[in-house]
Amino acid sequence: MRADYVNIVNTHIVPVKLTYHAPKSIEESLRLLANYRKKARILAGGTDLVVDMKLRRKEPEHIISLKKIKELDYIVDDGSAVRVGAATKLRTIEKNKIIRERFQALYEAVRSIGSIQVRNMGTLVGNICNASPAADTAPPLLIFNATVIAKSLNGERTIPINKFFKGPGITSLEDNEMVTEVSIPYPPENSGSSFLKISRVGMDLAKVNVAVLVKLDKGVVEECRIALGAVAPTPLRISKAEEYLRYKSINEENLRVVQEIVAEEIKPITDVRSTEWYRREVSKILVRDAIKLSVERVKK
Amino acid sequence: MKIRFNLNGRVVEVDAPPSTILLDLLREELRITSVKRGCEIGECGACTVLLDGKPVNSCLILAPMIDGKTIITVEGLAKDGELHPLQEAFIEEFALQCGYCTPGILLTAKALLDINPRPTIHEIKEALVGNICRCGAYQQIINAIIKASQKLRRT
Repeated sequence: MRADYVNIVNTHIVPVKLTYHAPKSIEESLRLLANYRKKARILAGGTDLVVDMKLRRKEPEHIISLKKIKELDYIVDDGSAVRVGAATKLRTIEKNKIIRERFQALYEAVRSIGSIQVRNMGTLVGNICNASPAADTAPPLLIFNATVIAKSLNGERTIPINKFFKGPGITSLEDNEMVTEVSIPYPPENSGSSFLKISRVGMDLAKVNVAVLVKLDKGVVEECRIALGAVAPTPLRISKAEEYLRYKSINEENLRVVQEIVAEEIKPITDVRSTEWYRREVSKILVRDAIKLSVERVKK
Repeated sequence: MKIRFNLNGRVVEVDAPPSTILLDLLREELRITSVKRGCEIGECGACTVLLDGKPVNSCLILAPMIDGKTIITVEGLAKDGELHPLQEAFIEEFALQCGYCTPGILLTAKALLDINPRPTIHEIKEALVGNICRCGAYQQIINAIIKASQKLRRT
């Protein structure tokens, strides 16, 4: 063998039989999915899937690519919700005016993901379907009460985002189902939202990420929504803390109680990115800061 | 699997296994060696190419994903033996030491200047988040990109 052609070893990519399907319609992709089920993986942007294949964390025999399905690449504002298609790039979302102005927590989360290179490929739907506990778009989608539209040959199903994540890498999707859209209802009037995260360097996954939405009525919290990622097997809402803040004002004492509730409700682990102790401590700070930031944004 | 795409202005058709990574296809088969192999997981930016004008990591792309698309590498920057103003500015400002990150940074910078002819230092830094320079030539790189933007505005 000529030395020139040997240098494929470094990619770690599985040299097994891999069939690449590029369906041109949702219908066609659902048929492929119904056919291959667990042997198939949907490829939207590929920024998670290709890395997982290289590292042999995933070994699909069939790739069903969404690259040629034009009907899945959209952001539609229907007056009460913004709907995002499964093939819509993160970069397209961060450049969208409505997302930037009305869904600030989501805008900030998307901007915090990877590099421009990654956001030019990666998708919002891919981010949630990969179901990393640290997925940056999960906390904002949780506080905006997003819904996930899943399709199969049997029909369509709407899954509330808080029922979507089941564990690390696990979603509530059946193996013949594909997410085609995420629908994000407008936040209530007189509300503000924010997203904060701590990571080692810009490109890294979050140690902890937090999204908060606060709705005020004459200086009193009418509604507060708090979601955290990377502190439990799935991203989660902290309803106990949300209920505590309801009809209260934002002051240091109330915030301290909220911080303690958050620290009790989360179940962080120690891993390469951080320790359990640090995650708990930093969660408190991020939640407090995100609440304050969200409140500031209500007034604007 | 047959894959047809536009590479630096000419149409290329290749027959490659679908598991082929774009980085390998470019380097090993098409001899486009300006595209560098770095971290292999989309963090360092050494393998950056322009896909339909936008910077992407070629290490994260399966070859069939670029079917029907346009790819630009550093080989496609110079025109008729004349260096691109970005390349000139990188030489003039000595914006490199080892040069390994340079092709990726040139392309990321080109994509930035294409949509933003007058970037601020902050915008340049933001655009370069996905391109690591281990020699630490960042200051010179930023200077070079500013200089290139001035050159481009003059032409």
